Amino acid sequence: MVAAAFADFMQQVVSGLASGGVYAALALALVIIHRSTGVINFSQGEMATLCTYIAWTLTVNHGWSYWPAFVATVGFSFLFGVVTHRVVIRPVERGNVLRVVIVTIGLLIAINGFVVWQWSGEPQALASPFGTDTLDIGGVIVSVGDIGTIAVTIGIVILLWLLFQFTKVGLALRAAAVNPNEARLVGVRVTWMLALGWGLAAVLGAVAGMLTAPSVGLDPQMMQPILIYAFAAAILGGIDSPLGAVVGGLTLGVMLNLIGVYVDFVGAELKLPVALLVILVVLLVKPSGLFGRPEVKRV
Amino acid sequence: MTTLLELDQVEAHYGPVQALRDVSLTVSEGEVVAVLGANGAGKTTTLRAISGTVSRSGSIELAGKQIRGGPEAAAKAGIAHVPEGRGTFVELSVTENLKLGAYTRRDRQVKEDIARMSEYFPWMVERGGQRAGTLSGGEQQMLALARALMGRPRLLLLDEPSLGLAPMIVREFFRIVRELNEKEGLTVLVVEQDARIALRSSSRAYVLEVGRVALTGTSEQLQGDESVRRSYLGY
Amino acid sequence: MNPNLTRVTGFVGFALLVVLVFLLPEWISTFRAQQFAYVGIYLIALLGLNILTGYTGQISLGHGAFMAIGGYTTALLMAGNEQFGQEGLLGIGGGMKDVWTIPIAGLVAGLFGLAFGLPALRLSGLYLALATFAIAVALPSVVKRFEEFSGGGSGVNLFGLPELTAGIIPVDIAGRELVFNDWLYYLCWSIALVLFGIAWLILRGRTGRAFRAVRDSETAAVSSGVSLAHYKTLAFGISAAYAGVAGSLFAIATTFVNPDTFPIALSIFLLVGVVVGGLGGLSGLVVGAIFIQFLPLWAQGEGVASRLPGFIVDRTKEPGAPAIIYGIVLILLMFFLPNGVGGLFRRAGQTLTRWRYSRSG
Repeated sequence: MVAAAFADFMQQVVSGLASGGVYAALALALVIIHRSTGVINFSQGEMATLCTYIAWTLTVNHGWSYWPAFVATVGFSFLFGVVTHRVVIRPVERGNVLRVVIVTIGLLIAINGFVVWQWSGEPQALASPFGTDTLDIGGVIVSVGDIGTIAVTIGIVILLWLLFQFTKVGLALRAAAVNPNEARLVGVRVTWMLALGWGLAAVLGAVAGMLTAPSVGLDPQMMQPILIYAFAAAILGGIDSPLGAVVGGLTLGVMLNLIGVYVDFVGAELKLPVALLVILVVLLVKPSGLFGRPEVKRV
Repeated sequence: MTTLLELDQVEAHYGPVQALRDVSLTVSEGEVVAVLGANGAGKTTTLRAISGTVSRSGSIELAGKQIRGGPEAAAKAGIAHVPEGRGTFVELSVTENLKLGAYTRRDRQVKEDIARMSEYFPWMVERGGQRAGTLSGGEQQMLALARALMGRPRLLLLDEPSLGLAPMIVREFFRIVRELNEKEGLTVLVVEQDARIALRSSSRAYVLEVGRVALTGTSEQLQGDESVRRSYLGY
Repeated sequence: MNPNLTRVTGFVGFALLVVLVFLLPEWISTFRAQQFAYVGIYLIALLGLNILTGYTGQISLGHGAFMAIGGYTTALLMAGNEQFGQEGLLGIGGGMKDVWTIPIAGLVAGLFGLAFGLPALRLSGLYLALATFAIAVALPSVVKRFEEFSGGGSGVNLFGLPELTAGIIPVDIAGRELVFNDWLYYLCWSIALVLFGIAWLILRGRTGRAFRAVRDSETAAVSSGVSLAHYKTLAFGISAAYAGVAGSLFAIATTFVNPDTFPIALSIFLLVGVVVGGLGGLSGLVVGAIFIQFLPLWAQGEGVASRLPGFIVDRTKEPGAPAIIYGIVLILLMFFLPNGVGGLFRRAGQTLTRWRYSRSG
């Protein structure tokens, strides 16, 4: 009895980590953009949806297999992010941040419209690269898809961490984010670094989209709830902390799964409100999130 | 001595406010030149005009070549600007700050240069991993200087290095600047409120008043000048 | 600009607005009158949101939730919830006339706003935005969950109820017979204009100065003796009360409420309306409200399609195209009107002043 209950619990944790990994990837994208541009990019989810449709077109209409399509889509999403920053964000970057926020909302609407216009609102199926098998690990039954999703997310996060921590361009990216004026004085071309940040964020979003689509089905609204989870995860971890975004995403994924299954009163319908309530309580105790530094106020 | 930096009738504006009216000055290769003046005289703006962080007109030449564009271009041309109030990346480590100083360099001797910095700043050896924001004010100012040197600049611009520092640390700072100048031939243009130490550390100086050069000469001459003594040295 | 002149132009502008509002139904169909009634409703919500976001600097992404509270208050007071099987303390008999529910809706939403404003004191910037967003996201599921109290997913129907003024037979106002849409138009706009005036009175005085001080620098505000807790919570309360009134009118106008009447998109569009109208100003909000109501309709209309280059025209009838146009227009507005429509008004005002002075001087 106890063993079975434990196995059941672990299964919920693993599938929670898989969806949490997706939230973490998108949350990380939000954090990267917030650190450099100082706004929440509301179009992050729609950008990801658009990229996932590109991957879908490559596999279904052009007969590519999943992984080449994955790589090509990652490349496309990077360019898409860079161009979006150069063309749409840069002109409004100075001045009130709410302007940028509204521009990202405009992007959200326009990209969503474009996706519906181009691919119709019909749901599509993107095959999972990991198949539908399950593994039995000491009585705990987990799906290969979940394991694969977790592995890809961890891989991407580690790659990004290496890029930021150990390369010259990564150092310049961080410098441009924390202190753009100083960065320009040492010769960093800050506007390009910001564009690069948008590119990397778009890549994270595309990966999140391509990992999500096989399990939930591809449709124009696919990423909207995930963006809400990612926003919550990023805030939970601290909006300027990449580590916080990852921890926040995984925590939220596991929490949502466990609440939905184990707390009777809550059920499937209320798990999002309850998760948000938990986050609000955390914020009231730690107003800058779990890993965020408190804001320094200047007189 | 060959001229390294030449400003000819430079003007600069902050929006509608004119901060520099007509500034012409030269700095020769291997020289330490000071810029003195009261608050609002245009000292900081002069440095900003050189490094391209304020919109300006007139001619600014480095080794005979016009400097155009923003601060990225100036950094590339070999101008290192240490801005007022500790120009460090407080969230990054000491070593990362130094590496950023070498951002425009393409050669492979960055590591050697970081090691070389510890000759001038011995404390940096053990504290390479420390966040710059946790350093003391004096240490941050030294780090800002070291970071500027990492770019192997042809010209170093120092803006009010003494601001908010204890007199002993200010003397140490200027001692290192003089040493760099004597040993490595570093060219420095320094803006300073503390006229006494600025004149003692430089060979020539300019005095700015309301956006114009009011007076110029060797630092010795200016130290002896009646008006300079009264306005800036206070005796 | 000369403050006296500003006040005079303000008064003249407001008087023109009042005249225009009361004459408009003469020229438009009752169908259009209903659409303009919604403009009035959005204006009320925007006035409230601007007090919070534009004047006090607190971003709310969840004002739709306060509208929902107002809307449900009105619906339940009119229709009651005993029909859903709610008993005991939370049972509401209903039967209240629609107009009387409006102030109560504002009050209830305002109290919720005050209650929410207190914990929100600890949060700033995006963290506050998330907290408000969370409320708006969570509310529909909460409403669905407590079916007996709220009517669940199918909501509360008001259509055909005797409590709905002019719902079935036209109402007689000062000798004029008004059908439902015209009545609705006058109801919404009368309230909107009164609330506009109240907002102006609040913001021009001591309270308004305190709000702006909080927005511009919390530290400076505190050191000048402004109580942050007091004014931030007050701004939340006032703002939510405005939203509650707007929500109440929204429920009356649509003659039903359900959890999807007040979606997240509404909260986001309110923020869009405030920024388009111009943060920290009142006059532009009218345009912001028109924008929220009419841009989606305009983007769908034939009028736009005929003016677009060929490669879009062929497919404008397909779904998605209106959203593309809407999104692009929104982005372009931010490009070309950095301070919203209100900023444009201010610039026009300044030009006028300069012109006057240069002539007289």
